[in-house]
Amino acid sequence: MKLSVWTYEGPPHVGAIRVATGMEKVHLVLHAPQGDTYADLLFTMIERRNHRPPVTYTTFQARDLGSDTASLFKSACHDAYNRFKPDLLLVGASCTAELIQDDPGGLAEALDLPIPVVALELPSYQRKENFGADETFFQIVKKLATPQPRTENISCNLIGPTALGFRHRDDVEELEKVIQNLGIEVNVVAPMGSEPSDIVNLGAAHFNVLMYPETGESACRYLEKSLEQPFTKTVPIGVGALSDFIAEIETITGLTNLQNKVASRLPWYSASVDSTYLTGKRVFIFGDGSHVISAARIAKDEIGFEVVGLGCFNREMARPVRAFGKTLGCEALITEDYLEVEGAISELAPELILGTQMERHIGKRLGIPCAVISAPVHVQDFPARYSPQMGPEGANVIFDTWVHPLVMGLEEHLLTMFREDFEFSDANGPSHHAAHQPTSVQKENRSEEPVPKENSSNVIWMTDAEKELRKIPFFVRGKAKRNTERYAVDHGVIEISIDTLYEAKAHYAR
Amino acid sequence: MPKDAPQLGCADSPILKERGQHEVFCGLTSIVWLHRKMQDAFFLVVGSRTCAHLLQSAAGVMIFAEPRFATAILEETDLAGMADAHEELDRNVSQLLSRRPDIKRLFLVGSCPSEVIKIDLSTVAEKLTEKYSPNVNVINFSGSGIETTFTQGEDACLEAVIRSLPSSEKTQLAVLGALPDIVQDQMMRLLEQLGLENVFVLPQVKFDDDVSIGANTHFICVQPFLGASYEEMVRRGAQPICANFPFGADGTTRWLWAIAERFDVSKAKFDKVVAAPKLRAEQAIAAVASDLRGKSVFFFPDSQLEIPLARFLAAECGMELTEVGSPFIHKSLVYADLADLPATTQISEGQDVDKQLDRVFDYNPDLTVCGLGLANPLESKGLSTKWAIELVFSPIHFYEQAADLASLFARPLKRADLLKVST
Repeated sequence: MKLSVWTYEGPPHVGAIRVATGMEKVHLVLHAPQGDTYADLLFTMIERRNHRPPVTYTTFQARDLGSDTASLFKSACHDAYNRFKPDLLLVGASCTAELIQDDPGGLAEALDLPIPVVALELPSYQRKENFGADETFFQIVKKLATPQPRTENISCNLIGPTALGFRHRDDVEELEKVIQNLGIEVNVVAPMGSEPSDIVNLGAAHFNVLMYPETGESACRYLEKSLEQPFTKTVPIGVGALSDFIAEIETITGLTNLQNKVASRLPWYSASVDSTYLTGKRVFIFGDGSHVISAARIAKDEIGFEVVGLGCFNREMARPVRAFGKTLGCEALITEDYLEVEGAISELAPELILGTQMERHIGKRLGIPCAVISAPVHVQDFPARYSPQMGPEGANVIFDTWVHPLVMGLEEHLLTMFREDFEFSDANGPSHHAAHQPTSVQKENRSEEPVPKENSSNVIWMTDAEKELRKIPFFVRGKAKRNTERYAVDHGVIEISIDTLYEAKAHYAR
Repeated sequence: MPKDAPQLGCADSPILKERGQHEVFCGLTSIVWLHRKMQDAFFLVVGSRTCAHLLQSAAGVMIFAEPRFATAILEETDLAGMADAHEELDRNVSQLLSRRPDIKRLFLVGSCPSEVIKIDLSTVAEKLTEKYSPNVNVINFSGSGIETTFTQGEDACLEAVIRSLPSSEKTQLAVLGALPDIVQDQMMRLLEQLGLENVFVLPQVKFDDDVSIGANTHFICVQPFLGASYEEMVRRGAQPICANFPFGADGTTRWLWAIAERFDVSKAKFDKVVAAPKLRAEQAIAAVASDLRGKSVFFFPDSQLEIPLARFLAAECGMELTEVGSPFIHKSLVYADLADLPATTQISEGQDVDKQLDRVFDYNPDLTVCGLGLANPLESKGLSTKWAIELVFSPIHFYEQAADLASLFARPLKRADLLKVST
């Protein structure tokens, strides 16, 4: 057993539902108790979908366990087919049904339906949501995709977007624009937006674009092997990655001079003088592996942040994330334990977190700004406006999104210079945010401003030094405190004075 | 149910019982409000990743504060042997309690997988109670979706709490059901004004070992989904008080009067206590009800609040009832409300969601009360909806909330009038 407060991923059958919900003319019959129907609200509420996911849950109860859950499954399958008339039926079991071992695949096969049936193996006690999506789409492709004559013009498939994906809707639109600008046709986008007949037709494309390795890699590998379709390995999030992605396409297609056909504003925004306040800001990055690698590259090479820590929750991506971490001099944190992530962030005291909705919560607790770069996400991360992550517009969106939570340019300097101003305090957060506290509230709070009392070593803060520490802006105060204490311990200082504080500052000056 | 009662409303109408796909939460969802209501309690679900994901999704839609619940997620190795499971739980609990020394009550909550592999949580709870006594009281109940729906989780929790209470012959009133703090305070003030002295509420905000029950305990439910708790109280010898549930001016008055009668409060005194808040509630409802009068409403089964709320909407707001669905109907609890429903109402119990969706489109009601999974799909087809879960999470009981309750139903209708852009 593993004690868990919040989880980053749902169970594998939720991944299967993400694939089915993204597609048309597909129906999933899931052997599951009634509670599992909560999954519908992820799509209808969080993503605001206006249709129910195409899922029939058998909703067996305790009293059925003693009698015949198998015939319940069969009748649910039969009814679902007659009511929804899908072109493809998926069948599977959730965690509880896995334990009663009814064999949904065999039962569905026995019904002899006039449509293809894909039986899903979703090991709930070993694997998770991303695996479920990747495996489901792979099985669909394996069942349906057949060799096709290639299209006359060069074309590709966009592989990996699903329902409930982080910005998948807009990434697809942006990438379609990018691809068409290169003079390449888009054959099929799948799973999201496709129907079974499109999957049959995947083989007509010259190559595949793997948008999301988490949900599309198995299918791309299969298509490479069985239909000889090469696929792109770089996720085109960020300016550098987009350029590498286009270079990959040049290699695959033999086309040349594609690079100058796309441009983002990010390079100029990063180079403009205002952005020097971003330089060297310490960031911590956590999310799914692909988004983390993309974000780390943008942070380091395209904005000039210092990446002080990174990690991912999906073990499938542990290896590339570790390898990428090494190039930054960071030991990657691979964990599904949200408390462990909180511990790492608290220890590193970054100035900005790039994470998931979990890290947004951690950031709120620790008083560190956070921008969201990866699933799992909340309802506000499905915005009405166009906001891709991929392509040139994605890079623009990322620049804006990451900079937004920060205290901006000169404001940061003023806060540092005039720490005692009663109307203008860093404890209130950036002044351009709506949540900026009014002065009256702020005054009351000032007396109990957080200078963490506890300290790991046995050093003592003198009153003057503690007062001085408070004058340091909150986003670096934690680090200053720890550095000073470490300096004191290393130098045998027991009482920290103002001098100790500034000696430590000089010692650790970057 | 009184034997000589005349045939009234829907009390004896045929109930459409359906057994198909249910589109409802499991009992674990109750933890979302129970863990906030009970401030020294922690809920440890013994379940799968799905359970953890459900809690976080059901809760995450609404809150994201430090929760007093967690899931001990079963892994492949746990499915093999039983002795293992006990040790694993022991380890998880000690990890948890060392992080949260403020916890006085620990609930071990069973789930679908823990029930299917038959982890005996009651034995574990006994052993852990011995180990952590007197600091922590460990109690188990099941929130599994193969046995409970949504609000039945609170019922199962309270039933377990009642079972753990000591006996006494004290004359007292017990009120069963979690209420928002402000509403509970209003209720206690009314009961005090009626002259009742020994009153306690379950669940308790903080653990109090003074609470006991026995033959002189009279009890009343404030929520209609507490069937198992009701039966457990009766088993312990306590005497039930049955009435309409305290929604709206009339519902609240009848609920209070049933208590007053049991405790021999005079009609004169009763009238004096309720006159002002009752009038206030009636006037406030009237201001909102003009938007509801003559409009039709359809209830999908969700929280078991459906029957009492349908009574409020029909009798006090002038709405027309089409179908009123409930996941489970405890007739002994909702008899009075059922009897007050117009005889033309279709009552349904259980669900076959696809067939029920066909019916809602046939009725084409002005307002549909349904769960979160159905609301947006129905809105997109032109039906105005009210999310049922909001009725569980909002202060809606008693006089002072009567108009707020009516407003919850009026708002979607008002919005439909306000929006001038089509989807």
